[in-house]
Amino acid sequence: MDMPVPAARVLARKQEIVARLRAVLPADSVIDDPAETRAYECDALSAWRCAPLAVVLPRTTAEVAAVLRVCTAEGVPVVPRGAGTSLAGGAMPTADSVVLGLARMTRVLEVDFENRFIRVEAGRTNLSVTAAIEGEGWFYAPDPSSQLACAIAGNIAMNSGGAHCLKYGVTTNNLLGVTLVTGAGEVIELGGPFCDAAGLDLLGVVCGSEGQLGVVTEAVLRILPKPEGARPVLIGFAANEIAGACVADIIRAGILPVAIEFMDRPCIEATEAFCAAGYPDCEALLIVECEGSPDEIAEQLGLIREIALRHDPVEFREARDAEEARRIWLGRKSAFGAMGQKGDYICLDGTIPVSALPEVLRGIAALGRDFGLEVANVFHAGDGNMHPLILYDANAPGEQERAEALGAEILKLCVAAGGCLTGEHGVGVEKRDLMGVQFTAADLEAQMRVKDVFDPPWLLNPAKVFPLAASAGRRAGGASRGAAPDPEVFGPR
Amino acid sequence: MRVESEAELVEAVRGARAPLRVVGGGTRGEVGAGARLEVAISGVRLYEPGALTLIAGAGTPLSEIEAAVAAEGQRLPFEPPRWGALLGLAGESTIGGVAAANVSGPRRVQAGACRDSLIGLRFVDGAGIAVQAGGRVMKNVTGYDLVKLLAGSGGRLGVLSEVAFKLLPAAPAQATVRAEVPLSEAGRVLAAALASPFDVSGAGWLPGQGAVVRLEGLAGSVEYRAGRLAALLAPWGARIEREGSAAIWRDLAEVQPFHGRTGDIWRFSVKPSEAAAIAARLDGEVVLDWGGGLIWALLPEGTDARARAAPYTGHATCLRGRAPRAEPEAPAVAALSRALRARFDPRGILDPERAG
Ligand SMILES: Cc1cc2nc3c(=O)[nH]c(=O)nc-3n(C[C@H](O)[C@H](O)[C@H](O)COP(=O)(O)OP(=O)(O)OC[C@H]3O[C@@H](n4cnc5c(N)ncnc54)[C@H](O)[C@@H]3O)c2cc1C
Ligand SMILES: Cc1cc2nc3c(=O)[nH]c(=O)nc-3n(C[C@H](O)[C@H](O)[C@H](O)COP(=O)(O)OP(=O)(O)OC[C@H]3O[C@@H](n4cnc5c(N)ncnc54)[C@H](O)[C@@H]3O)c2cc1C
Repeated sequence: MDMPVPAARVLARKQEIVARLRAVLPADSVIDDPAETRAYECDALSAWRCAPLAVVLPRTTAEVAAVLRVCTAEGVPVVPRGAGTSLAGGAMPTADSVVLGLARMTRVLEVDFENRFIRVEAGRTNLSVTAAIEGEGWFYAPDPSSQLACAIAGNIAMNSGGAHCLKYGVTTNNLLGVTLVTGAGEVIELGGPFCDAAGLDLLGVVCGSEGQLGVVTEAVLRILPKPEGARPVLIGFAANEIAGACVADIIRAGILPVAIEFMDRPCIEATEAFCAAGYPDCEALLIVECEGSPDEIAEQLGLIREIALRHDPVEFREARDAEEARRIWLGRKSAFGAMGQKGDYICLDGTIPVSALPEVLRGIAALGRDFGLEVANVFHAGDGNMHPLILYDANAPGEQERAEALGAEILKLCVAAGGCLTGEHGVGVEKRDLMGVQFTAADLEAQMRVKDVFDPPWLLNPAKVFPLAASAGRRAGGASRGAAPDPEVFGPR
Repeated sequence: MRVESEAELVEAVRGARAPLRVVGGGTRGEVGAGARLEVAISGVRLYEPGALTLIAGAGTPLSEIEAAVAAEGQRLPFEPPRWGALLGLAGESTIGGVAAANVSGPRRVQAGACRDSLIGLRFVDGAGIAVQAGGRVMKNVTGYDLVKLLAGSGGRLGVLSEVAFKLLPAAPAQATVRAEVPLSEAGRVLAAALASPFDVSGAGWLPGQGAVVRLEGLAGSVEYRAGRLAALLAPWGARIEREGSAAIWRDLAEVQPFHGRTGDIWRFSVKPSEAAAIAARLDGEVVLDWGGGLIWALLPEGTDARARAAPYTGHATCLRGRAPRAEPEAPAVAALSRALRARFDPRGILDPERAG
């Protein structure tokens, strides 16, 4: 993967830049010892890594602003970082960049049940947001599988989703406001504990902007009262097509489960070998979960059962108690771990229209055969967000490249079927150079114009999202010169 | 001028030598200067009930969309309201006009705003360049979310030519739990309802009716939740309304109490717990929606409602009256918005005079 040549001017001034950062931050907030910056060389796309110039760990919004002012003045790229769990290389630094980590900004600032929101510092982990309110019967809905580790800051930057977004939506649908520090170090408030923006929806475009428009330091999140209960069913099928048809029928019938998860045979076999969840021996299975009181759940599951039986399931298994529910979820939740046990894997994340499911699954299987690599599928079927897992051996020469090439072909297939390159993991560096498959030059230009406005010198996470060739002129204008901010946007402080 | 395809729209924008006034159904009233550009790019392009998605030309009448999806037992989640009777204007909204205004009805508290259901769109920017944003799938984080930026932009960054929406199954049953409480008590009732696990899909207050809370879903489930909610709200004398339920929510969405009345019409989008105090300071007739997060106010002509209501956490829109339509933005935010408009509409031809 290509990354831009680091700016020699910046590398040569490392000592001065670090000294200027130390002048505005407490001593323990600036790390430049290569042994200590090692932990920041990559995110969860760990095949790609690079040591940064330095790492800063500010404790306040004012400190974040001070860091950004120094970096803008010095023309140093800044890579914002939450917990580093990005699967797209979004938090991967370049050698001439300062990593700005939010790990020390984790406080809960305000909990307001009457108005149904929580305000937190953005370095707080996703799960600990819910942990702060679940005692009172509330939760924060977006639940990425990485929720124990990932930070709200990263969730906002990637507009992350979770298993329950069929009902509750993804991050952008649960985000009411942010405190954003612009590249020039200006602190602005977007949104708040009320609905809609007075003018343009800047909050809406900041969410999902992958750290390229500003650094989010605080967030106002919508919280919800917990449902009375939830219960899953497991349905096994003789073919992927039948499982796909069953998903469409459930949706057509007007039932909206909170989750519909899909696993194919390779994935079922791998998880059985790994955790013996007791899944049936079949080509495909669905896990469908419904929420409510016991009677409400029974009403929904009854309808789902009726629909499923029309598709001749190999098995229809309803969880009768918490233990059976746990066992149904066990295999699904262990799926990534099970694949990891088998070897190295790349996790893709394209989305397709649900109707194209059977055809795309066939296409993926054919591509896997062409490339001589095994692909397992486990994904959020209700919304078409696929997670093909490509298995490979990182120690076999050329195999990683082959796996990446297969990944690119699968993502092109998703786009051709009417879908997109990434449903929740983001573009980062991983899918940057495939953007032209989904977007025209004019589409990308429109997106880059937004960055021009928020970050005129293109110093925030500059080598991500857009194909390097498409962003080259803009990056050259910024990073190499430390361009002056647009006075129209960033007036005198 | 009237355009019936995106290609014609591109031509019209490129050829424009003076500011344009973009119109969908024109239900908002023909405000502003500029040459009229009517977006009549009409028709459903794709509707997949099994995938809960619909794509239509931006000029497609809202009623045509609603009829198409209702025929399959589905609906637009955000319950687009009609304000024609409220504002005394005739006409039929277009789906593009709804998206450009990001208008949402009572179900916003459960299903989100218009922008939350909008999964893709195409627009022509002020330079006449056609751009695709988002797509036709519900989960999509590929590149920046220009869909959100364009939703509610009022056509100031570009003219929408096509929109894609996520749909929801229509609920087979609904019921309303109603408590005849005064406005000052409404906030507490609505907050209690919204803090319950009963999946409330509407929470408002109407003069003469009191606090109303809607439940929708499968029949058995609605019956169960209505019972539980009525018990929870029993201290306020709550009762279940089955027959009249749909009418209550139409009245609320269309702000029926203000129909045919004179005076200025305002909307305040605020922190719900502030609603009662703001309403008291406004000292006019009031309707609440969104659990108190949306205050509708009917005030004597020429009232400076923002000054009267202050302080409030949120923003106010003057829908009818001489006051500035939109709340002024903080200077730094306004500067960003101005710069975005300059990039997307370098010649300043898209409704340059309209501030909000
Ligand atoms: C095992 C595993 C399972 C996963 N499951 C899911 C899943 O189910 N759903 C899902 O959506 N994702 C999933 N992910 C991906 C990942 O967890 C998410 O993208 C997550 O939101 C990243 O959060 P983070 O705090 O780790 O961000 P990081 O990895 O640190 O950064 C991610 C991006 O956010 C930017 N960023 C970080 N902080 C800020 C800030 N303060 N201001 C502005 N930009 C910032 C970074 O520059 C980078 O571009 C999974 C990852 C793993 C490893
Ligand atoms: C501040 C405000 C005031 C409103 N006032 C009224 C009102 O007086 N009466 C009423 O019934 N509803 C009103 N609404 C609601 C809203 O306008 C309608 O629900 C919906 O926009 C009407 O659709 P239309 O096709 O009739 O749009 P129009 O009334 O024709 O246009 C509404 C706005 O959207 C823009 N627009 C329309 N089509 C497009 C397009 N294809 N691309 C880009 N921009 C487009 C117009 O320039 C205009 O700014 C208002 C909404 C807001 C936010």
